[in-house]
Amino acid sequence: MTTFFGSPAFIGIIYLIASALFILALKWMNAPPTARRGILAGEIGMVLAIGGTILQLGVEGKLEHISIDYTWIFIALGIGTAIGVPLGLVQMTAVPQRTALSHAFGAFCVTLVGTAEYYLGTSTIPAFKMSVLCVEVILGGLTVTGSLMAAGKLQEVLPQRPITYKGQNFVNLALLASTAVIAIYLVHNPGATHLYPVMVGIALIVGVMLVIPIGGADMPTVISLLNSYAGLSAAAMGFVLNNKLLIVAGALDGSSGFILSVIMSKAMNRSFTNVVFGAFGQVAASAAGAQEARPVKSASPEEAAGILAAASRVVVVPGYGMAVAQAQHKVRELYDALTKRGVDVRFAIHPVAGRMPGHMNVLLAEADVPYDRLIEMDDINGDFPQTDVSLIIGANDVTNPAAKTDKSSPIYGMPVLDVEKSHTVMVIKRSMNPGFAGIDNPLYYMDQTLMLFGDAKVFVGNIVKELTHS
Amino acid sequence: MGNALIDGLFVFMLAGFIGFEVIKRISPLLHTPLMSITNALDAIAVVGAIVLVGRNESRPAHIMGILAIIAATSNIVGGFLITDRMVKMFKSSRPTKS
Repeated sequence: MTTFFGSPAFIGIIYLIASALFILALKWMNAPPTARRGILAGEIGMVLAIGGTILQLGVEGKLEHISIDYTWIFIALGIGTAIGVPLGLVQMTAVPQRTALSHAFGAFCVTLVGTAEYYLGTSTIPAFKMSVLCVEVILGGLTVTGSLMAAGKLQEVLPQRPITYKGQNFVNLALLASTAVIAIYLVHNPGATHLYPVMVGIALIVGVMLVIPIGGADMPTVISLLNSYAGLSAAAMGFVLNNKLLIVAGALDGSSGFILSVIMSKAMNRSFTNVVFGAFGQVAASAAGAQEARPVKSASPEEAAGILAAASRVVVVPGYGMAVAQAQHKVRELYDALTKRGVDVRFAIHPVAGRMPGHMNVLLAEADVPYDRLIEMDDINGDFPQTDVSLIIGANDVTNPAAKTDKSSPIYGMPVLDVEKSHTVMVIKRSMNPGFAGIDNPLYYMDQTLMLFGDAKVFVGNIVKELTHS
Repeated sequence: MGNALIDGLFVFMLAGFIGFEVIKRISPLLHTPLMSITNALDAIAVVGAIVLVGRNESRPAHIMGILAIIAATSNIVGGFLITDRMVKMFKSSRPTKS
């Protein structure tokens, strides 16, 4: 038995079981009732893989007569846990930046291991291993800084506006090309240790440059893209270490990030390259301004409450503004008050509402809105003609009918929620100032539209007060 | 090396297809928890770092390995924790509705 424990076959079986558990984990994540089972499967796979690795290390150490440094392994695992727990307990509104930060951590780990492997092998590294190692650290390096930039923008410690300059795409492409050239040189001359830090350094700069021109509305796509890069770099690391479990986990993460990026790009009617290489804000700035001072109708909380109470079908359209105003709990109270009066209330979720995929769902679920009331865009769009009131809270571009009709609009072609087809539209907004992207929304000037000016949390709170006291 | 490469590519291709098929079926409701759990699973890279630290072949590699374990472990612990918190919040209206 002692020969089996810690043998290559033993660890191979452990990794095989862990791979199966990882796939099951994602399979069970497909719907809320089984999702927690999925998490458990992932956790068991993780514990098995880590335990098996440490066990095998001990056996190898005995065979090769080297002492294994368990102390530092466990100290590092302990410190990591101590950092991980608070990161697991952040508020739900902070989830986008936490996710970006964890992409950075994952890529940081991969880049460090790749770098250590390089310096342990240097001139003896075979060409194939060196080429995947280069892929690993280039993707890893740019994910580290790119994710940190994204996290900084989401946390608002960095300016959120897209920063653009002339020749930006050329500079980015030139930088990427230079990492590729150095990588090719290193594959043929792995002993050129002075070039290695240059390659990693440029990769780190590329990460910064790629995220500088990204605005808030593009964040869901960029976070998904970085997720995909982190996965691919881990898969590359699997090739370097000849570790199939890592290849599997990296491939799963890579395809997950890829699918999400595709969904996000489609939801914005933009191609990958367009998101990565084209800034959004600048185009829009010129489009606004032209149509100022058109008349809008506004209403008070009392009037809004009256209209909502008289409705039989209401659709709430939440957006990033709801998250900023922390209004989700008040929105739940509104949902309760209206449901009690027999009003059918549902939520229309646009795929890119918020700052990351699924952002609105998590916020509303946190506020105890039942998830079967959260309806995807494609499933709810047909119901707007039968909807009495659409209440838009902190969303703008995703409701803009110009995306369907106005070819000159910067968001022309983007799939939007057909709120203008409902009998009454109410929009909670701070003022008539154009939003982040600065695109004018013709919805606000339509006959059936009522503007509710004020802070989303306060305004919804006032509507709830009216509904419960009358 | 040649065989290991081909084996690796096979595994990568199959896992990529499985990932694509499995993840396509995941409800958009759960896209945020999906991202946090794949992040935790991805941190399996920690096994590479553990070997690096345990074997302690050079001082720089040892230090890099320790930092890598810390970064990956925080993703594992934090990732599973927050995914669980998020998933627990998703409640259906059907069983409670009377």
